Amino acid sequence: MISVENLSKYFTLHILGEKRIEACRDVSFRVPPGGFLGLAGPSGAGKSTVLKCLYRTYLATGGAIRYDSAALGPVDLATLPDRAVIDIRHREMGYVSQFLKVIPRVSALDVVMEPILTRNGVSRETARERAIHLLEQLRIPEHLFDAYPATFSGGEQQRINIARAVSWKPRLLLLDEPTASLDKDSVGIVLDILRELREEGTTMIGIFHDTALLQSVTDSVYTIC
Amino acid sequence: MDSLIRIRHLSKRFGPGCDRCLASTGPEHDTNLCRHCGSVTACNDLSFDLFPDEALGVVGESGSGKSTLVRLMHFEWEASGGSMEVHRSCAAGFLPELFADNAEYSSNLLGLSHFQKRQMRNALMGIVYQNPHLGLRMQVSSGGNIAERLLGAGWRNIANMRQRAAELLERTEIPVQRMDEPPCNFSGGMQQRVQIAKALSNNPLILFLDEVTTGLDLSVQARVLDLIRNLRSEFKLSMLVVSHDLGVINLLCQRTMVLKSGHVVEQGLTDQILQDPQHRYSQLLVASQL
Repeated sequence: MISVENLSKYFTLHILGEKRIEACRDVSFRVPPGGFLGLAGPSGAGKSTVLKCLYRTYLATGGAIRYDSAALGPVDLATLPDRAVIDIRHREMGYVSQFLKVIPRVSALDVVMEPILTRNGVSRETARERAIHLLEQLRIPEHLFDAYPATFSGGEQQRINIARAVSWKPRLLLLDEPTASLDKDSVGIVLDILRELREEGTTMIGIFHDTALLQSVTDSVYTIC
Repeated sequence: MDSLIRIRHLSKRFGPGCDRCLASTGPEHDTNLCRHCGSVTACNDLSFDLFPDEALGVVGESGSGKSTLVRLMHFEWEASGGSMEVHRSCAAGFLPELFADNAEYSSNLLGLSHFQKRQMRNALMGIVYQNPHLGLRMQVSSGGNIAERLLGAGWRNIANMRQRAAELLERTEIPVQRMDEPPCNFSGGMQQRVQIAKALSNNPLILFLDEVTTGLDLSVQARVLDLIRNLRSEFKLSMLVVSHDLGVINLLCQRTMVLKSGHVVEQGLTDQILQDPQHRYSQLLVASQL
């Protein structure tokens, strides 16, 4: 499904006198369709960098990211033209960041509904039902559905973030510490949702700082050092 | 997917110009002023594509050529060189003479007559300026402002035009009972929304937004951005969004290009430009954000 070969990423900071910072080097792994790979390693090792290179928020310095796209066939995400990356993001690749990037003045329900509406081509009613179901599953109190997520607690924001990312059932999902700011019960719920999504065929790559958690949800682990 | 508009080598120079203008301006010289002849090269060799249903951001410091680019594409100023072509799908219907047999793209629009340019603008484009005084006649009623644009697009029936103006004002949250008031009676945020209503009146395919939220207070800014986001998904507009506010760009645009001294120094996905800028100037711009 996705195969990363000798991926490396350097940042060249022109405004700091051409300073070069090495974020990751020679990262190689494969994930089969439906698999769940965990990325492990100390903080600063470059785990998030790898995910961001896969999502193309970062431009890889070297190596290849071979992905079997449902829409475009085999592609290299490291060098694919911008427009094609937008297409893949829109149709099949999701990303859960560590923090919710809120859009001002959009309600929690609309935040979760939006990707379902624009990407799954379902009716407003169906999208609404699915979004409400997810929010209920994630124990977001009903009176918050029409409130703005910017005012929510950290844990609630993170649950909205996860709901938004999984709601449209992407084919490949990248998770950057999705459970970091959640209490134990919420973590359990999120893992259930991820499990359901995997049963429907989604391939996942994730970073979890809790090692026990990492071992329990993923089916293989790649350690970056 | 084919692009809607193709811009190639677009340039605009103010002044007499000389052989050394191009070599002595640009980001590496940190100026667009030629020290030999005193000409200003506002846009230099810009090439990019605008795709259907896409918002493309244009960022850069003041004087980098952002607004010049918009004015060239909107046919307000004559370009000094380069080409602009539109895809057959959006203009073959009303200007078939621009398309050679089976050609996907039109001939160079920058070489059209004034009349053809006006036709093209009335049929395809809408623009919202930072300063509402540029986009609206302040002493003419809001409905009249919209009607003026509809007249340009070939509408003739007064009742239909009034109906359309009322719809648009309602859509942009202007109380319809105030449509006979001139925009000079309105607040800045309302004027901006009247401008948006006017820009959308001819159902454009391409909307130019030139610093539309600059100078508005925060709550009004959020409202205008909300409106633009909703209109874009509703009308499947292509937008060229010029702003020096990276937050606005981040909210509206999938792709972004960075301009500096009249050149495109970098273009890419918006999140990549903001989180992993490659060019020295883009890095400076992003690092300077509050």
